[in-house]
Amino acid sequence: MSAPVATPTTPAPDAVNAAAPWGAGMRSLVGTVWPATVVAVVGLVLWELVVTVFQIQKFLIPKPSAVLAAFVEFFPQILEGLRKTGYVAVTGLVAGVLIAVLMALICTRFRPLASALTPLAAALAATPIVALAPVFFKWFGQVEPTAKQAVVAVVVLFPVFVSTSKGLLQVQPVHLELMRTYAVGGWRVLREVRVPNALPYFFTSLKVAASLSVIAAIVAEYFGGEQGTLGGIITQSAGLSRYDRAWAAVLAAAVLGMALYALVLLLERFALRNSTPPSTAA
Amino acid sequence: MTAAISVTGVDMVFNPGRRNEVTALTGIDLAVADGELVSLIGPSGCGKSTLLRLVGDLETPTNGSIEVNGKSARQARLDHDYGMAFQSAGLFDWRTVSANVELPLELLGWETARRRERSRELLQLVHLEDFAGHRPWELSGGMQQRVAIARALAMKPGILLMDEPFGALDEMTREHMQTELVRIKAETGATVVFVTHSVPEAVFLSNRVVVMSPRPGRIANVVDVALGERGDATRVDDRFFAAVTAVRSALRGSAAPMATAPGMEVAVE
Repeated sequence: MSAPVATPTTPAPDAVNAAAPWGAGMRSLVGTVWPATVVAVVGLVLWELVVTVFQIQKFLIPKPSAVLAAFVEFFPQILEGLRKTGYVAVTGLVAGVLIAVLMALICTRFRPLASALTPLAAALAATPIVALAPVFFKWFGQVEPTAKQAVVAVVVLFPVFVSTSKGLLQVQPVHLELMRTYAVGGWRVLREVRVPNALPYFFTSLKVAASLSVIAAIVAEYFGGEQGTLGGIITQSAGLSRYDRAWAAVLAAAVLGMALYALVLLLERFALRNSTPPSTAA
Repeated sequence: MTAAISVTGVDMVFNPGRRNEVTALTGIDLAVADGELVSLIGPSGCGKSTLLRLVGDLETPTNGSIEVNGKSARQARLDHDYGMAFQSAGLFDWRTVSANVELPLELLGWETARRRERSRELLQLVHLEDFAGHRPWELSGGMQQRVAIARALAMKPGILLMDEPFGALDEMTREHMQTELVRIKAETGATVVFVTHSVPEAVFLSNRVVVMSPRPGRIANVVDVALGERGDATRVDDRFFAAVTAVRSALRGSAAPMATAPGMEVAVE
């Protein structure tokens, strides 16, 4: 679990380096994106060449061009799959995150509860999702997306709970003593000290959770539920030896995961635009 | 002279009855008069910070009593009778400089306009009025510490408790901050208790220097410093050096040669 280490404020010598404006942020984003793009393009070309030159069987690894062709051919189905899987991933993510944050807040406020809930959350995280998915389908039925949403929620709950709790608890002792000299109680301390301190930790875990949510949704879809989801397309295509179509659906899932990640990144930039030194706001 | 703070027969034992029991303070008697600036000085482990924290009701003494403005330390804290500054400025990164100064007032429920006004006054007092909209991390260490002092003064406390507030600053900044503190104290008329381990700092700032010794922490000596109005000339004044020498010998535990030094006298408790 990577969480930002509480960085002591490095005093700049009378510096006036205002937070980077959004324009500059976008420019630096482009600057970091292009080397990765070059590597990806070179990698795809090499992949295509290797599969062609060595005549690798297409059920082992299809050519990128074949995957792309399948992507275009089945675009309407894939789009529908993206919609269904995206819905499960996002709603499950939101539910899991809300529960995790609520748990973290309650545990921070009523400390004895933390010792009861933390091992429980850890046990939940150690439980393989594979063991849960069929059970959830039994509980919530195959037709409704509830079972899959529950799987996603359980998977994202732990990292968000652990990180957020850490951020809520690891506050500077001097801040707590100041609040004591102001003679204010626990809820104000939570609002003025703990919650702002936890925000960077929360967003770090949210980025992990966003990627996890898509993975969890697709794995849950392998076990049943509605047809036409990305997970459904992958299992069905693999069953019919249409590996190009399976790979096209995997590509769509990757795009979905990256889109969610990017969304969280934007949210984080917005939420922390003024609250942390530029070096830790990355 | 009325006593703003009176400490009577205070003992402080941490973890009593356990293996890691530590006697931090024994038999402390100290009275600080209204408007006085008293420094607590001594080696590490002499309990000077603990004594300050007891006065500020951040700790509760094992024995003895502490009165602040004729009330218990706890009541004084609840009444916001004192402001506190620590070695680390402890500013909130997610608030602007002005919003940091306003925080205690916000917690008291002051309206925005009134808070702004008070914050402007205080930032003027510490000469940081141009930095109201900045974030703490954009300021140097000395500037951050000045913001912390402004914040400690926000509720117009009669008493300032300062725990090595300049300890992390370089020598130049430190001397500047000392001059600032003398000025701020004169302008606000606050009573100040100042913990430090720098002898020149204690002498420059104080009306009295309380010399403490460790294991167990107790008051070894109280050195009266009569240097009149402080200024940059004070630092090269012979009487300043004499007082520094007096505090140094008190720290070493020999109280004898100080009686002849002009401008100050030593009272052995």
